Amino acid sequence: MLATSPAFKENAAHALADPSLQKALHRTRPQNPAKRAAAVAALPEFEQLRDIGRDIKNHTLANLDFYLETWETNVLKSGGHVHWASTADDARTAVLEICRKAGARTVTKGKSMISEELAINDHLEKHGIEPIETDLGEYILQIRKEPPSHIIGPAFHLNREDWEESFRKVHTHLPADRVFAERKDIMTEARELLRSKFLAADVGITGANFLIAETGSSVIVTNEGNGDLTQTLPRVHIVLASIEKVVPTLEDATSLLRLLARSATGQDFSVYTTFSTGGRRAGDLDGPEEYHVVVVDNGRSAMVGTEFQDMLRCIRCAACMNHCPVYQTVGGHAYGWVYPGPMGSVLTPSLIGVDKAGHLPNASTFCGKCESVCPVKIPLPKMMRHWREREFERHLSPQSVRTNLSLWAFVAQRPALYRLATRIGAKALSLLGRGRGRLASVPFAGGWTGGRDLPVPEGETFFARYARLERSKRS
Amino acid sequence: MSREAIFGAIRRGLRRGALPDDQAMALRARLSAHPRHLIPARSRVARAEQIALFLRNLEKEFATFRRVSDAAELPEAVATYIAAQNLPPELVIAPHDELRSIPWAARPMLRLREGRAEAADLVSVQHGYVGIAETGTLMLPAAPDRPTTLNLLCDTAIVVLRASRIVGAYEEAWDVLRAERHDELSDGFMPRNVMLVTGPSRSADIESTLELGAHGPRRLHVVLVDDDSSALQS
Repeated sequence: MLATSPAFKENAAHALADPSLQKALHRTRPQNPAKRAAAVAALPEFEQLRDIGRDIKNHTLANLDFYLETWETNVLKSGGHVHWASTADDARTAVLEICRKAGARTVTKGKSMISEELAINDHLEKHGIEPIETDLGEYILQIRKEPPSHIIGPAFHLNREDWEESFRKVHTHLPADRVFAERKDIMTEARELLRSKFLAADVGITGANFLIAETGSSVIVTNEGNGDLTQTLPRVHIVLASIEKVVPTLEDATSLLRLLARSATGQDFSVYTTFSTGGRRAGDLDGPEEYHVVVVDNGRSAMVGTEFQDMLRCIRCAACMNHCPVYQTVGGHAYGWVYPGPMGSVLTPSLIGVDKAGHLPNASTFCGKCESVCPVKIPLPKMMRHWREREFERHLSPQSVRTNLSLWAFVAQRPALYRLATRIGAKALSLLGRGRGRLASVPFAGGWTGGRDLPVPEGETFFARYARLERSKRS
Repeated sequence: MSREAIFGAIRRGLRRGALPDDQAMALRARLSAHPRHLIPARSRVARAEQIALFLRNLEKEFATFRRVSDAAELPEAVATYIAAQNLPPELVIAPHDELRSIPWAARPMLRLREGRAEAADLVSVQHGYVGIAETGTLMLPAAPDRPTTLNLLCDTAIVVLRASRIVGAYEEAWDVLRAERHDELSDGFMPRNVMLVTGPSRSADIESTLELGAHGPRRLHVVLVDDDSSALQS
C-alpha cells in the first residue's frame, strides 16, 4: 500500500473539512469506549489479565526464535506448509506461487491487516487472479477502492447512504429501485452475493490473530463467519501471519483472547474463534486439502531488542484508536498507511521509516488514554516520544521547530532565566487579555490560536504563587 | 533464504545466538506443562450454577436453547423448534454415534441426511463436543463425525449438547480435548480445526451497529440434554 503519511497535516485538514467523515466519527466516537468499559466492568479480573497478557507476550518475544521454530516443527508435523518471507515482496511471491500451483482463478479473503500491508490484492489482480474480500467492511472498501480506516471496523468511516450508493452501483443484476429499509437489508444483499463466491473460490486467504507453538495452529477471530467460510470451503487455505503472532501454548492464547474481544468490541468473546492445524485429515468430510502459512517479517525483526520491541506485543484490538482524541477527530485515513491511531503512530515509522511517517508520532497530545486501555500495556506515548527524539536526531524536523526547541531547552535548563521568562510571559499575557477570560490570538502563536483560544494567565507564575503562599503560611 | 535472515535478525536483536540448551529445556518443559494463568472467578461455581451460567450466556449472545431431560425427547424438541421458525423439516446432521442413537423415527415427518452441509441446506444439527460456561461458548472440533460446514453454511444451526459436557473455563475445555482426542497425523491432540462458537453470526460493520446473520448462521439453537445427575440434584 502506497503511504500518504508524509502528507498527514494536509490529510488531517482535509478530514476535518469532510462532513460525511465527521458525521461517521461523531457517531462512533462515544460507542466504542462505552462498549469496552461495560465489558471490562463485568470482569473483575481484567486488570490482572492485562499484566498477564503483557508478561506472556514479553516472555514470547524474549524467546521468539525458539517459539517460531517450535511452531514450524508442529505445523510440518500436522501436514502444513511454512513459507518464510523477509520482505513484502517475498510474501507476495509466495502467495502467488501457491495460488498458481492451485490453478486458482478466484481467491476469497478474510479480513487481514497484514494483507493490506503486503498489498496482496493488487499483486493477485496483476497476475490474473481475482481476490474477493468477504468481510462486510472490507467488501465495500474493495468496491469503493478505498483502504480501511480502522483495524477492526475497516468501514467505520462510511455512512449508510454510502453503502446503499455503492451497492446500487455495483450490484447491477438487482432491481435498481429496490429499497434498503434497514441496515440488515444491506447486509443481506452482501451475504447472498458472497455466498456463491465462497463456494466457487479455489483458494482462501486469512490472517492470523495468533500462532500457537505447542500445536502448530493458527487462530482467527471473527464475528461474521466469513473467515471460517474462507478457510473451510476452498481446496487451499493460505494463512498470512507476521512473526510476532506466535505464543507458546493454548493457555497463553486463551488468556490473551479474554482480553482481545473485550478491548476491541466490548464483547466477552467473539462469535467465531477458530484454531486451524494442518489440512484435511483422513475421513474428514470437509476442510481444505492444503494448509499453508506465509510468515512475514517485513521490518519487525529489526524492532527486537530496540526501544520499540514492546510494540510487538500488540494484539490489534484497536482500543488505542477507539480512545484517541486525535484519531476520533481526523479518522484513520489521515494517518496515510495501514495502521492508524496510536499503535500506527508507533508501528508505521518502524515499518516504512520515520522519514515518511515522522508526523504520526507528533500527532499526539500525550494524554495517555491509549496506554491506559491497551490490553497488553504497551507504553505508546513513551514510544512516540522515542520517535520524536529520533526524528530530531536525524534532523528530519523543520528548522523552525529545531530552533525553537533548542531555544526552549536553553531556557529550561537555566532555572533563574526560566523563572524570569515565565514571569514576564505570564504578566504580558495577563495585560494583553485584561478584562477577558481568553485570547483569540497571541503574537508568534497564530498556529496554536488558529484553532482555539488561549485562557489568560492570572499574571502570577506557579513558582511565584507557591513562594507567596509559603510566606503567608509562615507569617 | 528468508528463514535464515529472519532468525538471524531476531537473534541479533536479542544479542545472542540460538538459545542455550538449558534454557531451551526450560521452555520445552513450559510447553509440555502448558501452565494455566488466572481463571476468572465467574465460572468457578457449583455444577448447577455452571450450567445456568452457560445458558444465561447463550441468551446474552443471542442464541436460544431448550432443555430436555432425555435424548428420547430430542426429536420432538427439534421438530417443534423448526416448526416455530417456519422452516422445512429437512435436516443435515452430523454422522455422530450419539446423534444416531436418538429415536428420530418417533418423528417421521423429519427428513434427515447425514454428512457435511451443502449450499442448499437450511438447517444443520451438529454434535456439541463441550460447552464453556464462562461465555456460553460451544467447542466444536472437526472430525469425520463432526464436519465443520455444519457450523457455518446453514441459516439455522442446531447443536445437541449434553449437560455433563459443560465446563467452566476455556482451559478446562482444552484439557478435555487433550485427554480425549488423538490426531494420528501429528501424533498430537489437535484436530484440523477447532471452532469456539459464541452465538449466531453478526456484524457491526455498517455504521458500527450490530446486526445478526452476516455470513454464518442467522440462528443458533442449543438443545441441552440434562444427563448430569449431580447438577440436577444440587
